[in-house]
Amino acid sequence: MNIIIVGCGKVGQKLAEKLSQEKEHNITVIDLRYNVVQDLINEYDIMGVCGSCSDLDTLTEAGVETADLLIAATGADELNLLTCFMAKKAGECQTIARVRNPEYAKELHIFKEDLGLAMIINPEDTAAREIARILRFPSVIKIDTFAKGRIEILKFKVSADSPVANMKIADMSMKFGGDVLVCGVERGENAYIPNGDFVIENGDFVSIVSSPEGSVDFFKKIGVKTNRVKDTIIVGGGATAYYLAKRLISAGIRVKIIEQNALRCEKLCELLPKASIINADGTENRVLLEEGLDKAESFVTLTNIDEENVLLSLFAKTKMKGKIVTKVNRIAYDEVIDGLDLDTVIYPKNITADYIVRFVRAKKNSMGSNIETMHLILDGKAEALEFRIQENSPIANIPLEQLKLKDNTRIACINRKGVIITPHGKDVIKPKDTVIVVTTHKGSQDISDILL
Amino acid sequence: MNYKVIIHTLGWVLIVEAAALVLPLICAIAFSEPYILTFVICILLCGTLGGLCILPKVKNKTMFSKEGFIIVALSWIVMSIFGALPFVISKSIPNFIDAFFETVSGFTTTGASILTDIEALPKCMLFWRSFTHFIGGMGVLVFLVAILPLSDGNNLYLIKAESPGPSVSKLVPKVKSTAKILYIMYSILTVIEALFLYAGGLDVFSALTLSFGTAGTGGFGILNSGISEYSPYVQNVITVFMILFGIDFSLYYLLLLGKIRSALRSEELRTYLGIVFVAIALITVNIRPLYSTIAETLRYSAFQVAALITTTGYSTADFDVWPEFSKTLLVTLMFIGASAGSTGGGIKVSRIMIFIKSIYKEIRIAAHPKSTHKVTMNGRPVEHTVVRAVNVYMAAYIVIYVASILIISLDNMDYTTNFTAVVATLNNIGPGLAKVGPTQNFSIFSTFSKIILSFDMLIGRLEIFPILVLFSPSAWRK
Repeated sequence: MNIIIVGCGKVGQKLAEKLSQEKEHNITVIDLRYNVVQDLINEYDIMGVCGSCSDLDTLTEAGVETADLLIAATGADELNLLTCFMAKKAGECQTIARVRNPEYAKELHIFKEDLGLAMIINPEDTAAREIARILRFPSVIKIDTFAKGRIEILKFKVSADSPVANMKIADMSMKFGGDVLVCGVERGENAYIPNGDFVIENGDFVSIVSSPEGSVDFFKKIGVKTNRVKDTIIVGGGATAYYLAKRLISAGIRVKIIEQNALRCEKLCELLPKASIINADGTENRVLLEEGLDKAESFVTLTNIDEENVLLSLFAKTKMKGKIVTKVNRIAYDEVIDGLDLDTVIYPKNITADYIVRFVRAKKNSMGSNIETMHLILDGKAEALEFRIQENSPIANIPLEQLKLKDNTRIACINRKGVIITPHGKDVIKPKDTVIVVTTHKGSQDISDILL
Repeated sequence: MNYKVIIHTLGWVLIVEAAALVLPLICAIAFSEPYILTFVICILLCGTLGGLCILPKVKNKTMFSKEGFIIVALSWIVMSIFGALPFVISKSIPNFIDAFFETVSGFTTTGASILTDIEALPKCMLFWRSFTHFIGGMGVLVFLVAILPLSDGNNLYLIKAESPGPSVSKLVPKVKSTAKILYIMYSILTVIEALFLYAGGLDVFSALTLSFGTAGTGGFGILNSGISEYSPYVQNVITVFMILFGIDFSLYYLLLLGKIRSALRSEELRTYLGIVFVAIALITVNIRPLYSTIAETLRYSAFQVAALITTTGYSTADFDVWPEFSKTLLVTLMFIGASAGSTGGGIKVSRIMIFIKSIYKEIRIAAHPKSTHKVTMNGRPVEHTVVRAVNVYMAAYIVIYVASILIISLDNMDYTTNFTAVVATLNNIGPGLAKVGPTQNFSIFSTFSKIILSFDMLIGRLEIFPILVLFSPSAWRK
């Protein structure tokens, strides 16, 4: 596909990186800053155009006439919408715009229809949705959904007192029910796609595949709380906090926002009448303790300074037992941050880029490949792919135990017209099923790619 | 410094050279010349050595700017050393330094020769000599990038270090496709020229070798008399194709896409053609008394202008006996060189343009200190980093130029010979004036001077910095 990325901020760069890794795309980036464009050209196999995206000549130079997709990710909403509008007029491409202003967000469908946008992405709202999902299921570090929400991959940490610690995976499914399949284990630096003999240890991060009901059942049996949090404290009252609070309040969770700026507090008061807004410096210990940090069930740090968020979360960890979510904007140091044992960390730029990459893949499906959904799991070391099985597929109607799969590859789940099957050796995959495959071999395009 | 990736890439360069040596081998078989063993030895040597280099698996394939420069510089030196072997083994050019000079001259598309009698060489050697022009014209690393999955994203550094011009950009988003498109256009244009020459009554061997010499803007011929013995038709075909190979190849790509108007709008193309036509006109007037008809005069002057501005260096006439004005004008053209992004050498028209425009800008600022002025090309402002790079290039060029003249003056030749010998090698042209004129050759120089001139050719073809980086301690220091 020919893809144009307009605006090379953090999201634009992340998109250039992720999309250029998928070899079949021809990517051109546009930015005003010469140095940024040069750096990107040197780093990835892409073309760069230096110029203003509101100038039709620049778009033409970037090849808008032959482009399949244009992604507008500059800092300015209006510019993004205008660029998409112009690209639509100049060529036949589909367009994605980043629009973050909450005032526009209310009228998104108007933009989408009248400007013919394929997708509008709001990084703050996307991050808020991700956080809200985690607060609804606090024992879990990460949730990825497949098959329109019918299948989930959940990641949780095994503590020393957990009944699954030091247990073989085969024994575990015997004891706690067979509807759950362990599809990945992270231990320190390493990631495994385990078989039945694998022994789970204390401190492992385990990813399981299951239907939502199945996973609730499983977590109850192994003694992990599955109920959502009842209240939350949010530090920092920016756009993400607003979107998050709105979602949580409508789900009946009590929200307390601590924000330093008095004017912003008043604005939040108007927008979120049901939330309690505290006008104070959230980085002061005294304020946090006074607002009941030690008794809160969850704590979310959403200030604009990454260092502050990280330190606040580390402090909260010493004072409370509940769920802690940390927002980190800068992507480059994710390895360092992952080493800090911060519970859940959210990278809004990464999530935004992932959403767009997923859209690109879905669009590519209509052009030949048959991947329905793709998530990176096990800290990016493996992919979980949802394939749709065609009539003449080489793996259809063969018992799974007879299939010769590549190493570190597993068929994790089968969705047959909405019925979720946890696969066993005797099961067969039928045409029109969708299957979830977990593999460390990246870049598969078709289900046949997982065979030896 | 990632040594492993450097060695790995050098290994591939050797394998490509082994593959290239198959062609003269076929030539030796076709003409049943007794040099089959020579080429088989060279192919096996390059092949095994290259194979040994690529055998170890390279885990870390990341390549940065300095690796790019060093790979390119080393590749060209290694290629020239191994490319010289057939000449030495077959005793066609028994002295290794002479053979090295000849091969460097071939790969860098210079066309300067140390041979006093070209026709004494067997045909397979002549073929190999001309074929090095074809390889060197577009560049061996561009070829590698086109056919090999070398590393993931950073291959651009290789192309940037090898391709001529102040700012190298891609034709399409993927480096690999860009390199492929370049080589395909280059090969097709070469084949078209060979067909035209074949139609003009040349045999296949002559048509091919002359086309290689033109395509790479090299200048090795197969006759002692250069091009002068061929028919006027052949000379005119070569004139046209020399000018064509001196044009930026990205313009041909625009042409292929049907964007004729934007290709013709290129400021560099217009300036280049402008210089060519003005120079032809001036020289025609100046040398008119020497020849009988206007058509003949025009043919000689057009051929020589095209040959020297594109840095090919073919000759149909001994321009050393032309009037002083014509000679000086031709030497000036040698400095200017062809367009950026072509196969030609020299300083390049676009650099000269940016240089002159920045002089104009400084004059404006001297007169109106508060005025703002930007150097533009094709109606777009040129980034400051590019302008700076051009200025530094010119400075480095002059330093190397003066130093080279000083060193080779130890051989005690006259000033014109020294001056034009360095002009002809540093700009990858071939013949100069006086003792290195179109009817003479470089065998008069001492071994030491030949090495210096060989490096001048490499420096000129790779546009100075790769070779300088290779010899700078800061690039090697950890």
